[in-house]
Amino acid sequence: MKEFKVTDHILVPKHEVLSKEEKIELLKKLNISEKQLPKIFDSDPVVKEIGAKIGNVIKITRNSPVAGKSIYYRIVIKSE
Amino acid sequence: MYKRIAAINFGLLSPKVIKKMATVEITRYDLYDKDGYPVEGGVMDPRLGVVDPGLRCRVCGGGVGTCLGHFGYLELARPVIHVSHVKTIYKILRSTCEKCGRVLETPEELKKSDNPLYDLYVAKKTKCPHCGAKQRKIKLQKPYTFTIDDKPLTPLEIREWFERIPDEDLKLLNIKGGRPEWLIITLLPIPPVTVRPSITLETGERSEDDLTHKLVDIVRINQRLKDNISIGAPDFIIDDLWELLQYHVATYFDNNLSGVPQARHRSGRALRTLAQRLKGKEGRFRNNLSGKRVNFSSRTVISPDPMISINEVGVPEVVAKELTVPIKVNKRNISFLKSIIKKGPNAIDGANYVIRPDGRKKKITEENKNEIAEEIDIGYSVERHLKDGDIVVFNRQPSLHRMSMMAHKVRLTPWRTFTLNLCVCAPYNADFDGDEMNLHVPQTEEAQTEAKRLMLVENHIRSPRFGGPLIGCIQDHISGNYLLTKKETKIKKEDAIQILQNIGIEADVTRDLTGKELFSYLLPKDLNMEFKSNACIGCEKCDKEKCPYDYYVVIRNGELKNGVIDSKAIGREKGLIVDLIEKKYGSSKAREFLDRVSKLGINFLSRHGFTIGLSDVEVPAEAKRKIKKAVEESERECGILIKNYEKGEVKQIPGQTIKESLETHILKTLRKVLDKASDIIEENIKENCAVVMAKSGARGSMLNLTQLAGCIGQQTTQGERINRGYKMRTLPHFKRGELSPDAHGFVPSSFKDGLNPFEFFFNAMNGREGLMDKSLRTRKSGYMERRLVNALQDLKVEYDGTVRDDRGVIVQFTPGEDKIDPSKSEWGGINIDRIIEDEMGKGA
Ligand SMILES: [Mg+2]
Ligand SMILES: [Zn+2]
Ligand SMILES: [Zn+2]
Ligand SMILES: [Zn+2]
Repeated sequence: MKEFKVTDHILVPKHEVLSKEEKIELLKKLNISEKQLPKIFDSDPVVKEIGAKIGNVIKITRNSPVAGKSIYYRIVIKSE
Repeated sequence: MYKRIAAINFGLLSPKVIKKMATVEITRYDLYDKDGYPVEGGVMDPRLGVVDPGLRCRVCGGGVGTCLGHFGYLELARPVIHVSHVKTIYKILRSTCEKCGRVLETPEELKKSDNPLYDLYVAKKTKCPHCGAKQRKIKLQKPYTFTIDDKPLTPLEIREWFERIPDEDLKLLNIKGGRPEWLIITLLPIPPVTVRPSITLETGERSEDDLTHKLVDIVRINQRLKDNISIGAPDFIIDDLWELLQYHVATYFDNNLSGVPQARHRSGRALRTLAQRLKGKEGRFRNNLSGKRVNFSSRTVISPDPMISINEVGVPEVVAKELTVPIKVNKRNISFLKSIIKKGPNAIDGANYVIRPDGRKKKITEENKNEIAEEIDIGYSVERHLKDGDIVVFNRQPSLHRMSMMAHKVRLTPWRTFTLNLCVCAPYNADFDGDEMNLHVPQTEEAQTEAKRLMLVENHIRSPRFGGPLIGCIQDHISGNYLLTKKETKIKKEDAIQILQNIGIEADVTRDLTGKELFSYLLPKDLNMEFKSNACIGCEKCDKEKCPYDYYVVIRNGELKNGVIDSKAIGREKGLIVDLIEKKYGSSKAREFLDRVSKLGINFLSRHGFTIGLSDVEVPAEAKRKIKKAVEESERECGILIKNYEKGEVKQIPGQTIKESLETHILKTLRKVLDKASDIIEENIKENCAVVMAKSGARGSMLNLTQLAGCIGQQTTQGERINRGYKMRTLPHFKRGELSPDAHGFVPSSFKDGLNPFEFFFNAMNGREGLMDKSLRTRKSGYMERRLVNALQDLKVEYDGTVRDDRGVIVQFTPGEDKIDPSKSEWGGINIDRIIEDEMGKGA
């Protein structure tokens, strides 16, 4: 049987891991520290599936009813 | 740079700490000596702080305001239980050994829970696993008495028990912040006099604070207990006194304990002790910390004034003389300020205080005003009265959205109420049946400018809720403009000149005008638009500018060519002209338009005459007959449906029982009656004032008129015909199981004809449900709004376009995902068609 992947589901938006350079650039652009980014647990099914590690920033491209596409960033943190 | 609080630690005060932070040991229960001086060692000992102005503190040298007060302590003759901690004490007693003090549960049993002390509900073990001692049964008799095997367990014994518990075992029970024996009070901290100041009455008598009274009681009983112990009094006397001491200390903390009589003042009033100071709506948190009283504010009844601008508020002169604005003295304004001071505090446009460069305030009086006028110089400030044009913040509760607090420009009036333009009733949700509103005066130039730029009424014409004008014309404004812009309306030259003069437009009128021509004076010269009016009946094929009823509005280059002006053009939440002017020419022009158009409507209407009465709901007998026929026909249809049901031939609707299907069919049939009646009324009623209001959207609807003149129709509860009441019938006058329209809330009468008792009762049921729904809904939505506001209040759109909270943590990278502020866009979006039309010209 084919293994189920959450990222294949129609309601799960596109998740990508940012490279180290992209992450630094993002933090510099927004003039913030890592602590000020929205967070996501490393135990999140999508995070596990795309293999993101603690400290990685994930770029999420969502379909928005008002803006068409909208981009969001979340940093992976250790789950409690 | 600010500092961030990393953590706050709550814990217990140890006797050692209590002694260390105290400056006095309290030993005497008298407050003042014969000469009226506070007694040393008493509860009002001068070393506890200063409350009298002019005196210096003997401990810290500060005066009133600089000396925050100092604690004392009282050594209790016998320990007592702290009432707020009885539950904790009980739990510790139940989970530790009475002999060795070790925890009775094994570490494995404790591991099941994060907070074992509070989660353990197991029965107390009967034998200690450490020393083997038998455990007796502990009981708590509310509020603060403990027993062991039904014999009393004194606070002294509890204290000794708790002292035996080793620190490692406390960790097992997750007890942090101190030793458990500190839960039993041996030293009572005596709060500084600054938290319980005495007040001197006019008669010269001293009146002490409730807390002081309570402390005196405690010290007195403690002294008696001590004396009795030292003379070796019998046990029962000592026990009684000990119990009394426990009572006084308990009520000192909380005078609202269940099962304990309240400690009372001589007058019989219950004392307000520590817990009462903090708790509830009148407590420190809700009354003094979450919300405070402010200066430079006022509150009074509101009334309407259609002649002032929506940006203005009428302020009574008596109020303006109390509210002040500080003005710094400089080279340019010194002579002006001197003239204001010379007018004194009682003249309007005068001044109340001057503030010297050292910050001291000096009151201006009739006697010293000339003297002070000579004294002031650069560096002084003058608190002058409010005057025309000052910026103030105006507010009506409940403040549910940002339009509940808007900035207005002051306009002084000789009367006693705040007055406001009728167009701003909507955002405040105000009416004039006794409503009161608050007014605040910003005190710095920065605050005044900010209020003016961000909060002025004209900047809130477009609502952030739906992106349309929330502030617009209402009621008579709309009726007036509707009648004015009707095809046949003509205005005499003289009248036109007078009306234009009244609304503040200068124009050369050389001939008689049509109503549309007069209205066009208000429009910008390059305004172009077309739309269907509110009165439009929605013909199958719209003839646009050739509409036979003149319901299609065409504006070409600022000239109203076709159509009547009604709520769709200038009303609130619709107002397309207001909407376009705001977008195209800015909010200032929109405000000007609103001010003028509302005045125009009222001006015309008062010349024209406008009134409603019973005759407005009169319809020809022919129409009445038609309605009656429609009612009878649908009743016949219902009869057929019911007969079919009894024969079992009802067309069943999927998902419904046969009975439910029947109800649905009947409801549908009876609903049609109202529509039919509505059509008949609309055709037959002549255009009178009530109809003008309904058609123009000024007030009321065609349905209201139908119910008045024609037929009220089916009454419902919870979306169904009325079925509740007695067993199998709605009222005892009907047969059981009767299904006819009459027996289930169908009302064929009109309000004008009058209702029979059944009809009246059914109508009242329907009305009551509406009232209940409304009050339930507002309560529910009010609380939902409150929670939402509390959750979102710190979020803010930063200058870089991100949404962040108060710690700078990003919540959204683009506000609302589309970066559109609905209060600055048309109906929450961008009207590309209009932009193209404006840029490229029509037809592009
Ligand atoms: Mg009211
Ligand atoms: Zn002091
Ligand atoms: Zn033991
Ligand atoms: Zn039409």
